[in-house]
Amino acid sequence: MADTLFEKTWAPHVVADLRDGYALLHVDRNLLHDLSGSKGLDEVARRGHAIHSPHLSFSVPDHAVSTLSGRTATSTKISARLAPALRDKAAAAGIRHFDVNDPEQGIVHVIGPELGLTLPGLLITCGDSHTSTHGALGALAFGIGSTEIAHVLATQTIIQKRPQTMRVVFEGALPLGVTPKDMILHLIGTIGTAGGDGYAVEYAGSAIRAMPIEGRLTICNMSIEFGAKVGQIAPDDTTYEYLAGRRFAPQDANWNAALAHWRTLPTDRSARFNSEIAINVGQIEPQITWGTSPEHTVGIGGRVPNPATAVDSARREAWADAIAYMGLTPGAAMEGLAVDHVFIGSCTNGRLSDLRAAAAIAEGRKVAANTTAWVVPGSQSVKRAAEAEGLDRIFKDAGFQWREPGCSQCVAANGEFVAPGARSVSTTNRNFVGRQGPRARTHLASPAMAAAAAVTGQITDVRKLATRA
Amino acid sequence: MTPLTTISGPAVPLMASNVNTDVIIRIERLSLLKRDQLGPFAFEAWRNRADGTPDPEFILNQPAWADAPILLAGANFGCGSSREGAVWALNCLGIRAVIAPSFGAIFANNCYQNGTLPVTLPAQTVAAFAEIARTQRDAPFTIDLNRKVVVPPNGAPVRFEIDELRRQSLLTGLDDISLTAQRLSEIAAFQAGDRCCRPWVHQITDGDKT
Repeated sequence: MADTLFEKTWAPHVVADLRDGYALLHVDRNLLHDLSGSKGLDEVARRGHAIHSPHLSFSVPDHAVSTLSGRTATSTKISARLAPALRDKAAAAGIRHFDVNDPEQGIVHVIGPELGLTLPGLLITCGDSHTSTHGALGALAFGIGSTEIAHVLATQTIIQKRPQTMRVVFEGALPLGVTPKDMILHLIGTIGTAGGDGYAVEYAGSAIRAMPIEGRLTICNMSIEFGAKVGQIAPDDTTYEYLAGRRFAPQDANWNAALAHWRTLPTDRSARFNSEIAINVGQIEPQITWGTSPEHTVGIGGRVPNPATAVDSARREAWADAIAYMGLTPGAAMEGLAVDHVFIGSCTNGRLSDLRAAAAIAEGRKVAANTTAWVVPGSQSVKRAAEAEGLDRIFKDAGFQWREPGCSQCVAANGEFVAPGARSVSTTNRNFVGRQGPRARTHLASPAMAAAAAVTGQITDVRKLATRA
Repeated sequence: MTPLTTISGPAVPLMASNVNTDVIIRIERLSLLKRDQLGPFAFEAWRNRADGTPDPEFILNQPAWADAPILLAGANFGCGSSREGAVWALNCLGIRAVIAPSFGAIFANNCYQNGTLPVTLPAQTVAAFAEIARTQRDAPFTIDLNRKVVVPPNGAPVRFEIDELRRQSLLTGLDDISLTAQRLSEIAAFQAGDRCCRPWVHQITDGDKT
């Protein structure tokens, strides 16, 4: 029987077949954060259930914590309400918690892989749609709602309907200035924000095999932006080298047993997918979004589209609304649009390699007078590593703010907003209406593109700056 | 959960595609408000003008739709964030069912957890319902979950498909947690077997303490 990575990661978790495609699945790791995690713990308590397997859950505050230097759990009104509550509830439940200024604190999807909590073949849940990130290591990981979190906490299982399978094959070598972020934005622009509805997606091909883990995490992170709850990449030697020696990764005999299992997970040669897409990465330009959906993306040489050319009325109206919200003109060039704010960070692009790429552009330059720019490392570990190699100094010398780890302006749950009407270039995952704050105008891009916007004060083709070195 | 068998009342057409959960309810509201306080903030970016006053053009601000229990929506409704507050915000408005060509997968699961019915029907059917709703504002639509039909005002019943597991949960009001709690011995047996096959899943060692 020829199976896909998805099938090999689904089958070992089936506790009971619930018919019609539904299964009761064992959850191997459950990650809690300060918004939905607390709600899930409250719901279990309200229903009077015990926590079934507390050693398989981990908790960390990330969404609502301040990222100001010197912050504490109570620095902001929202954080004061959520962070101490999560800490206390996790402690009462016997769940391992990394508190606001713990050396391991960070965005939940950054610290899971960093700590070796994320492993190939594990079924991982978290009350956050970007849980697909963990699939980059070959895990089966997906976001759930807060009542579903309560289900996991009370039973260590989750009821899910088995999705269809899709494979996206990225072939070729990435051109200069083009990054994993550009690959995933290009894919979303190609198949649309609903193109992956109902699918578990596997990313494959030579461009994926050649990619370090951090880039793979960026790709899997944005699976949900085209509707796919699950995005996965088959584990390989790059994966095993990344995981070896991580704090909570298996050791000794358990490592050897795990490794033998992990090597069986990649999709069999003759396995079939319900849908297949092939993309030549050599064709991809640095991407920038123009609208209010991640599918509203163009190459940096592109223009704001004209709604009159849209293929149907739904899209025509959506484009017109997006163009009005974003304060743009149909047909205008993306390059040269003045930028008020730049945000570098998030579970999409807040890792060390992302900060290195941004710093390479920022080094020896200055943030433009009309622009403010923030760098928010994805975790304390990322922050320490960046400081050890002097990236913080490069950013600060260039006029960027160097901040504490958290979700910050990706979701603006912590009171850190982009100002109303301000134009932001952001390395995050969603350019939705109001996502970075009421009336904020978000353009999604890679870390290098965001840094290029910061130092020029406008949307800029990073390749014009990158070729200098 | 409250059992759900039939829903009858006006249907409010909000037909944009790809309505995301950030637009349904801002995350900041979920940080500071209880789940039954979200109604005034549902769709706030669309509901209010820049000066904060209600936009009378926005359909949910119009009195005719104030108590509509059914929302007619565009494709991929509820895409994006996993926030269950999106369903709670709709429930605060009195909405118990959403009829759309497709749904964000996590949003649909969250609906089932809250006794809320996502009905999937072809885009042209939903568009035809929206046209009826606009022209006959107070005329009631009826959704009958026993018969798996939507009955538009003065129209023929339209059948919809729904997974039987989800339908039974909605009809009985039994939630997943109560049902799964009856399987704790199966779960214990699974974990016991799994500890032998995949010991690294269950024995998590802290490398900093070895």
